[in-house]
Amino acid sequence: MFELDSITLSRLLTAMTLIFHIIFATIGVGIPLLISLAELIGIKKKDPYYQLLARRWTRGFVITVAVGVVTGTAIGLQLSLLWPSFMRIAGNVISLPLFLETFAFFFEAIFLGVYLYTWDRFKKPIYHWLFSIPVIIGSGFSAVFITTVNAFMNTPTGFSMEDGKITAIDPIKAMLNPAAPTKVFHVLTSSYMTSAAILAAIAAFVILKNRGKASIYYKKALKLTVTVTFVFSILTAIAGDLSAKFLAEYQPEKLAAAEWHFDTSEGADLLLFGRLNADNEVEMALRLPKFLSFLAFGDFNAEVKGLNEYPKEEIPPLWIHYMFDMMVSLGMYAIGVTLLYMLFMKIKKWNEHNRLLLWLLILNGPFAMLAIEFGWVYAEVGRQPWILRGFMKVATAATTSPHVGKMLLLFLALYIVLAVLCLTVLRRLFKNNPADLELAERYPGLPKEEI
Amino acid sequence: MMSYQLIGITVLWVFLYGYLIVASIDFGAGFFAYYAKVTKKDHLINKLISRYLSPVWEVTNVFFVFFFVGLVGFFPQTAYYYGTTLLVPGSIAIVLLAIRGSFYAFENYGSRKSNFYMFLYGATGLLIPASLSTALTISEGGFIDMKNGNAELLTSKLLTSPYSWSVVFLAIVSVLFISSTFLTFYANRAGDRGALGLLRSYALFWSIPTIIASLTTFIALSRHNPRHYNNMLDLWWMFGLSVAFFMIAMFLIYRGEKYGIAFSAVMLQFFFAFFGYGKGHLPYLLDPYITIYKDATHSSMGTALIIAFIAGLCLLVPSLFLLMRMFLFDADYIKGKK
Repeated sequence: MFELDSITLSRLLTAMTLIFHIIFATIGVGIPLLISLAELIGIKKKDPYYQLLARRWTRGFVITVAVGVVTGTAIGLQLSLLWPSFMRIAGNVISLPLFLETFAFFFEAIFLGVYLYTWDRFKKPIYHWLFSIPVIIGSGFSAVFITTVNAFMNTPTGFSMEDGKITAIDPIKAMLNPAAPTKVFHVLTSSYMTSAAILAAIAAFVILKNRGKASIYYKKALKLTVTVTFVFSILTAIAGDLSAKFLAEYQPEKLAAAEWHFDTSEGADLLLFGRLNADNEVEMALRLPKFLSFLAFGDFNAEVKGLNEYPKEEIPPLWIHYMFDMMVSLGMYAIGVTLLYMLFMKIKKWNEHNRLLLWLLILNGPFAMLAIEFGWVYAEVGRQPWILRGFMKVATAATTSPHVGKMLLLFLALYIVLAVLCLTVLRRLFKNNPADLELAERYPGLPKEEI
Repeated sequence: MMSYQLIGITVLWVFLYGYLIVASIDFGAGFFAYYAKVTKKDHLINKLISRYLSPVWEVTNVFFVFFFVGLVGFFPQTAYYYGTTLLVPGSIAIVLLAIRGSFYAFENYGSRKSNFYMFLYGATGLLIPASLSTALTISEGGFIDMKNGNAELLTSKLLTSPYSWSVVFLAIVSVLFISSTFLTFYANRAGDRGALGLLRSYALFWSIPTIIASLTTFIALSRHNPRHYNNMLDLWWMFGLSVAFFMIAMFLIYRGEKYGIAFSAVMLQFFFAFFGYGKGHLPYLLDPYITIYKDATHSSMGTALIIAFIAGLCLLVPSLFLLMRMFLFDADYIKGKK
């Protein structure tokens, strides 16, 4: 593998760090909201189950935060270490949100520390709940700021360039570039959706393991998390739709590549899966007539720009079609399965804890995270060959250092160790301290049959 | 009126100074915790150390992230030169920081105590400052070669340079000295006599290598970068103050009184030395390639960053104050009653 050039290796190493980091970043943004909701419901209804949910989720959450922090530091430094020429340009124009992201994270870190160590320190429990708000705000804004940086790579604005030198900079305009609003919306909603889906999967798993007889604790957990998943999966779909409309207008080649749309045409079809033959003709795809035009412009007859309008060397790899389709399919799956659960819950005669439904909900956790991964692969590979669309190609941005291959192996080892340890620690943490035992211990007043 | 470049580098230097202090406390604490375990004195201090570290470990890392994000923002050329040349030491530092941060959480929140985690926590505490100090060494110039327009690190020269090793030595002993003086103060605050005795002896012990290492580094610098050295001689009063505060701190710790003032004196000792070093370094950020004037970002971005920085501080200072009141200076918390 050391025959690969440093550009490819730099891309691989960056991709690996991001694929690993995004798991923890997503959880880091989403879970505080669920913790806060659970604690609030628990306090308002004086319900020990929800209060315990908040406590236990927090305990697991800090472990993942730790991995998120260290991998976030890694990607922050790797940007300069692997893409020095990019950062020398981008550092000029887009450093404001990078800087602000650090502030947002700092804010979150401080209050997470306070939240974590003050559970029983206040007479009124609502004071403790208040400390969850800055954590949600801090982690949310971290995501907002860092997403604007990624958006900037897709639609760089707010500066003028003459002979490769930047002459004027408008930092705010660069931050609020055209890609930013839809991207931020999509990232936030999908983070909340995925975090809730993962917590729901865990609750469903425990209920399934206990053959539907699991405690009230897990059933309440499932109800809350599935409801949140449902709400945010709808919002994610809306955000996705807006993102497609943004692409059609500002970055048409990215949408066209995702849809294998070669010739500019009106009333364009939406393709699902399928494959390309040697002549770049689509085979075996499911065609939804005129739906691409609708997705792109909200009008079944609108004209959608095709890939043939672009020089060959500026077209992203066409396999991203599958990434796009997988992302959308898994998103739809989340809407479907959570809707089904809510239907079962509403209709009294039906049991929402039946095996099949629980299985579908268990799958929804990893599926949602996969959808995030597919979405990011689509977003990043769909921008190729550019690192700064229209200004700088990936190939000219990478480091010239000959040591990238070794660093790739070093980080691969690091991420494997972190993943294994993180999972082991989380498992041990909850296995050694089951919810029913903790309930009985913390709330001795609870009747036995309700544990 | 200071130029925005000068404000920028001053702000960054303050952050790096902040990192130097809080990270040293953390790094040293890890080492002492492990050392105490090996010498079977862990029952004396480890509880105290973990009570301090638990709420603040995340905050430490952020100071560092602030510094390098701000550096690239204000002076984007640094991304190119340092990025290209520091790939290997930088990656090693990331891995060590990652191991340290995550293992701390695994051990602390993950319910099992393991000797191996403790060892890693102690070892990384010394290796991280050593690897990070490479960046400061390189900044003095002479370790980068430009070949076909590409910057390249002269690794063998770096590894055989007396200056480079004197910086590594200084970094490690300073970490231990800062940490032990802080923990002495913290133990006294907690009223923990057993811990106080042990930590005070660490503080007294590490004071001597600290002063020796400072002198060696001074001498090595005079050979390596006479320009910087002469600038520092012009700032003799700053280093004089630094030594004076060192003596005050040692006097108080030796007498066994006013540990709070003693630790403040240690902070001032490093403040004057660090800013004297930094001021002498200017205008170069990387001798001779990057200066703060030639290679700063545009004034619009510089101004935006400074405004963001001030707004951020207005948010963070009260929050940090709250954190310190709740954990650092809340006597009941330190004593383990909360």
